[in-house]
Amino acid sequence: MSDPLSLLDVRGLQKFFPITEGFFQRVVGHVRAVDGVDFTLQEGETLGLVGESGCGKTTASRCILRAIDPTGGQILYRTRAGKVVDLAALSPADLLPLRAEIQMVFQDPFGSLNPRMTLLDNVGEPLLVNGMKNRRERADRVAELLRLVGLRPEFMHRFPHAFSGGQRQRIGIARALATNPRLVVADEPVSALDVSVQAQVLNLLLELQQRLKLTFLFVAHDLSVVRHISDRIAVMYVGQLVELAPTEALFRQPQHPYTAALMRAVPVPDPRVRSADGILGGEVPSPANPPSGCYFHPRCKYAQARCKAEAPALREVAPGHVSRCHFAGEMVF
Amino acid sequence: MDAKLPLLSVRDLRVSFALDEGLVRAVDGTSFDVLPGQVLGVVGESGCGKSVTMRAILQLVERPGRITSGEIHFRRAGSNGVDGEVVDIAQLPPRGALMRDIRGGEIALIPQEPMAAFSPVHTVGEQIIEAILLHSHRWQKGKLGRGEARDITVGLFRDVGISMPEQRVDAYSWQLSGGLRQRAMIAMALSCKPRLLIADEPTTAIDVTTQAQVLALLRDLQARYNTAIIFITHDLGVIAQMASYVVVMYLGRVMEEGPVDDIFHAPKHPYTQALLRSIPSLYGKTRVALPVISGALPHPFNRPPGCPFHPRCPQVMPRCSAAVPKLMPVGERQLASCFLHHDEAEPA
Repeated sequence: MSDPLSLLDVRGLQKFFPITEGFFQRVVGHVRAVDGVDFTLQEGETLGLVGESGCGKTTASRCILRAIDPTGGQILYRTRAGKVVDLAALSPADLLPLRAEIQMVFQDPFGSLNPRMTLLDNVGEPLLVNGMKNRRERADRVAELLRLVGLRPEFMHRFPHAFSGGQRQRIGIARALATNPRLVVADEPVSALDVSVQAQVLNLLLELQQRLKLTFLFVAHDLSVVRHISDRIAVMYVGQLVELAPTEALFRQPQHPYTAALMRAVPVPDPRVRSADGILGGEVPSPANPPSGCYFHPRCKYAQARCKAEAPALREVAPGHVSRCHFAGEMVF
Repeated sequence: MDAKLPLLSVRDLRVSFALDEGLVRAVDGTSFDVLPGQVLGVVGESGCGKSVTMRAILQLVERPGRITSGEIHFRRAGSNGVDGEVVDIAQLPPRGALMRDIRGGEIALIPQEPMAAFSPVHTVGEQIIEAILLHSHRWQKGKLGRGEARDITVGLFRDVGISMPEQRVDAYSWQLSGGLRQRAMIAMALSCKPRLLIADEPTTAIDVTTQAQVLALLRDLQARYNTAIIFITHDLGVIAQMASYVVVMYLGRVMEEGPVDDIFHAPKHPYTQALLRSIPSLYGKTRVALPVISGALPHPFNRPPGCPFHPRCPQVMPRCSAAVPKLMPVGERQLASCFLHHDEAEPA
């Protein structure tokens, strides 16, 4: 049913949060946080998911982990055994054995580690949950994991407070890798880190991916970081995918004005390249009350009458390059 | 340009925190000048002392922190736009009338987290009106009415690009989006016509597109009012776009300073060079290892002896761990504290 090579095939993913009112919590509307997102992930690749805050990138990634239950759509996942299952429809009991295969690295290295547990317990907990009851065995595996992420195994009896932000993020990565996952969802894994440490963690992620044949879904808002680590990039805006393309193609010629505006907004680290043109005005519309037609039209400088009336569909502009813009392929943004 | 007297002159500033575990020297002999109308960029990683330096300038260092030595000369505004007297902020009592006049009035702060900076139980307008009423005696005689202060606030909101300013004045900070909140914060900082604006990571908590809007706004306001700005950030991209002069800090010391073009195109200090190399760019190669600065920032209790950067420096020499290099002129316009470029050490 799906491409035999893809590890994950997300189809029409939706997540709506109800807006309630009054004493009886009557539902008066929905926040359409994720509204029909499609993408695939090939084994061993990194897909970057970018967008401004509130665009639904985190919600989409949490649905894939089934940390929250999607409202609609399919999340087809090819298990290690080779069977294709719909993660969106599995019962919690059926999901349990698959949890080890899909792991997460969190944004905040301070909030995501239990301060009362040593590294051995923090990193070893997924092992314990997955049936490794013997403490010595767990300690061996934790030592191996710490070495893998560039920390000394002797650290395992210390508590998280003794470590810097970059080291804690390494601990978080070690914990995610404890169960030998195939897919790792990383939600803004370097945005809380300093520049010099950020580069170290990015290098570590690239190295681990090659060594362990990992597949990454890399959620971030920083385009230069996403560009550096991703094979392909998906751009989201108000719960929808607006563009998806191989990294090089996306940066060479973005096919959606929003992507182009995002790129121009990144401050160039060169004082000789200063320009203020093309700054995107306005604000991200609320996903509870999106604009008519193309969601981006109120902020788009190329908008025409058609954009206000008619919602564009996602279409392929070049091989592997899709865009949700009426004028993709016709205009240079 | 050269004839201008500095608006703010920080000399050998030291701030330390006496904790149970030991003494943390957060700022350890920092010196720099801010000229009138200049945008000074201060870059550094967390723990480099950039925020503590700014708190010292505003006399806001909280206990157990203390300004242990150094001078912070600030040139106050005189009448009719001429410069007034010079005061040493480091000597002023933090709660004294003079300091309270300067803080928020002549030196204003745009903090990093606008959410935490506004009170959630008062409207943003009330908070700005309060500041105006407290400081208005500086630029006008006689008492300002609440209505007039409100009109000023509405005007400020319009200046910083907040739509529907009459309504937004009565909004609470949690009703505003991140971008609007930061704009309201900028309006508050500008409300008392400061001579110096300290922007402490003003765009770190917001999205790139909003960041671009806020940076454009700050640039525009700076050109209009000619306010001097100290712009603190860890984002070298933002520095390149905003600053005219750059100070690079590491572990409480200035490593290098100079005009922005020289810092980015001819960095002298190995730390500046390494920092510039380690940023992923929108133009470089993808999916290759980035050059990194080896090692991690040392723990504040374990300051390395000598040059603070020497354990991570690729060009380290035996001398670097023995003595602290002085900040000295290097080339025509830059200053660097590195033995690769001169032999002057700080007196032991």
